[in-house]
Amino acid sequence: MNALVEPLAPPAPAYPPHARTYRYDEVDREFLQERIAEFSGQIERRLRGELTEDEFKPLRLMNGLYLQLHAYMYRIAIPYGILNATQLRQLAMIARRWDRGFGHFTTRQNIQFNWTKLEDVPAIMRALAAVDMHGIQTSGNCIRNTTTDEYAGAAPDEAADPRVYAEIIRQWSTLHPEFTWLPRKFKIAITGAPHDRVALQAHDVGVVVRKNAAGETGFEVWAGGGLGRTPVLATKLRDWVPEEDFLAYLEAVLRVYNALGNRDNIYKARIKILVRDLGPDFLARVEAEFARMPRQRYRLDPEIVAQIAAHFAPPPFPRLADDPPAYRDALARDAAFAAWARQSVRPHRQPGHASVTISLKPIGGIPGDCSAEQMEAVAALAERHAFGEIRVTHVQNLVLPHVRQDELFAVWEGLRAVGLATPNIGLVSDIIACPGMDYCALATARSIPVAQMISERFADLDRQLDIGECFINISGCINACGHHHIGHIGILGVDKRGAESYQITLGGSATNDAAIGELVGPGFPYDQVTDAVETILRTYVARRAAGERFVDTYRRIGPAPFKEALYAAAG
Amino acid sequence: MPLLDEHGRAVADAWVRVADDAPLPEGPAILTAARLRAEDLSGRNAPLGIALDPATAPEAVADLLPRLSLVTIALPKAKDGRAFTQARALREHAGFRGEIRATGHVLPDQWRMLRRCGVTTVEVPEGADLAQWRRSFDVVDIAFQPAQDSGSALGLRRQRLRVA
Ligand code: SF4
Repeated sequence: MNALVEPLAPPAPAYPPHARTYRYDEVDREFLQERIAEFSGQIERRLRGELTEDEFKPLRLMNGLYLQLHAYMYRIAIPYGILNATQLRQLAMIARRWDRGFGHFTTRQNIQFNWTKLEDVPAIMRALAAVDMHGIQTSGNCIRNTTTDEYAGAAPDEAADPRVYAEIIRQWSTLHPEFTWLPRKFKIAITGAPHDRVALQAHDVGVVVRKNAAGETGFEVWAGGGLGRTPVLATKLRDWVPEEDFLAYLEAVLRVYNALGNRDNIYKARIKILVRDLGPDFLARVEAEFARMPRQRYRLDPEIVAQIAAHFAPPPFPRLADDPPAYRDALARDAAFAAWARQSVRPHRQPGHASVTISLKPIGGIPGDCSAEQMEAVAALAERHAFGEIRVTHVQNLVLPHVRQDELFAVWEGLRAVGLATPNIGLVSDIIACPGMDYCALATARSIPVAQMISERFADLDRQLDIGECFINISGCINACGHHHIGHIGILGVDKRGAESYQITLGGSATNDAAIGELVGPGFPYDQVTDAVETILRTYVARRAAGERFVDTYRRIGPAPFKEALYAAAG
Repeated sequence: MPLLDEHGRAVADAWVRVADDAPLPEGPAILTAARLRAEDLSGRNAPLGIALDPATAPEAVADLLPRLSLVTIALPKAKDGRAFTQARALREHAGFRGEIRATGHVLPDQWRMLRRCGVTTVEVPEGADLAQWRRSFDVVDIAFQPAQDSGSALGLRRQRLRVA
């Protein structure tokens, strides 16, 4: 490897004018160049032997570079899951040029490339920087990419715009001097809607942006949620933190965690363990820290909030009416379109518009995978129909947030042409699966092939619709990256005396009724796990009351009927 | 061990770490909290310091700080970042104005952040490439958040850090 980076000051990229991503200025761009120079220097020092692998590891992780089973994996930050078409095209270019023509969207609304060569990383970093992107803090024991509602700025139920505060968190947490060497990774989710679409209680910190009666903005703050081998739901710390104290309060939480979090045992190092072990004392310590800190120093200036909010102003929506004839006619005319629209089209706050969810879960496919051609097609559709803006969801799908209803048919046709019109959003084949044994060095079992088997078993759309809303989550080891604990049906692959065994949990939920699923019984071998899911869903269909989703029935009748169906024959 | 000051210069180290049962030297001495509390040191003119271990909160030694000119904090492993919070608390809560020295397994890449948390000096390993420490310090000079090294309290307004 030669001299890695000649610091170039790239010109501002040409972006779709109305895509509401945070727009970098010269300071942001210069920062990124500095960071590239720094990491390139660190790679050189590692290659010269000046850094041990132990010393290099946290530095490369902090820049998004993992060592996986077959290659390096490079994880790119998509701040709070929002991209513009220019950026998505660049990701397609990177996938084609430096990977195998694919990218993989993750549950943290990021994208990762699974076949990265270390020597290509500086070039990829430059290609990313050309569109104001990077891999900083997508890994390592620091504050990671903040996730938010994929329908932010579009959802009718939104009380306040979470993107503004997600961006504020992004800036505040970028190379934070005090919180870059935490006991463990730290994940924040933020929403501005009463309906939780961010799995708030599964996060180290969860934030709900609120408005009070006087129209002021404040925050409900939760802490101590997390999955992994000890799943814990978050505890509410405060109903209301005034806007100007937002960062001060986050500082206080992080200070207590950084000082007292476990440093000896990686499995006890997340904040959830500290919150659980300290009990009410955790909140008392946070409040004491908050009370004594010089809050003026950390005050969030309303002027800065206003500046950042300007980046997320509504795009210039035309004035339209809901349910235009073109849309109604298309629905009546084309059953396939109507089936897709029922799952993928969501109401929008602006009359005559809708949000479209694009399934990255084709039957038998790899959840979250997207080819370069598909990325380019989505970018083109976004430009033509959605102000050039794209969102990544925490269930590994994509969203076009603002589409005119009378253009939905054209969007559907465009998606269908590249295999992106699977009408399964929210159904049993809309599965979250971690990379598992196919890529991940920590895996104890395969995850992706299990998702593929289940998806194929339930390929029939009528059957999926009959089953209705049901979330299946699959993890390839106890680290729970597939969030199996909060799936309606959770599947965890473990190693049992050299063979894969899949433990099934039922009744988990990631939304307002958040719950950790309950283990239903002994695990199933690889070739029986699909049958087990089938048995569970048949039991549900047989026992459900009118209008009940799978999880409702489970909560009403409890695990016994499912246990009986699963294990009676064997017992 | 070489010592770097806040300008990145190697400087002489006048301080001596003193075990609890060792006699007090003439010059600047780093003692444990127990000894600072137990012994009558009121007649002494040479400066005193304390070695703070990573598990001790600065509040626990707040009563001693007014008499001290130096606090050392430690990173037992580079990944163990408790010292960052200790340094910030020493400045922000305890109002400590003396020297804060980072010791232990410190990486050059952490030096800028330690400085931003209020650390003054750092002990670097024998034979360390001081030019590398300097480069690592300088390479990122933009910060997005207030810290102990910036007098202004501008919240999120991006600031170019003064190169020390
Ligand atoms: S859950 Fe385990 S196997 Fe799956 S990605 Fe995470 S660490 Fe890897």
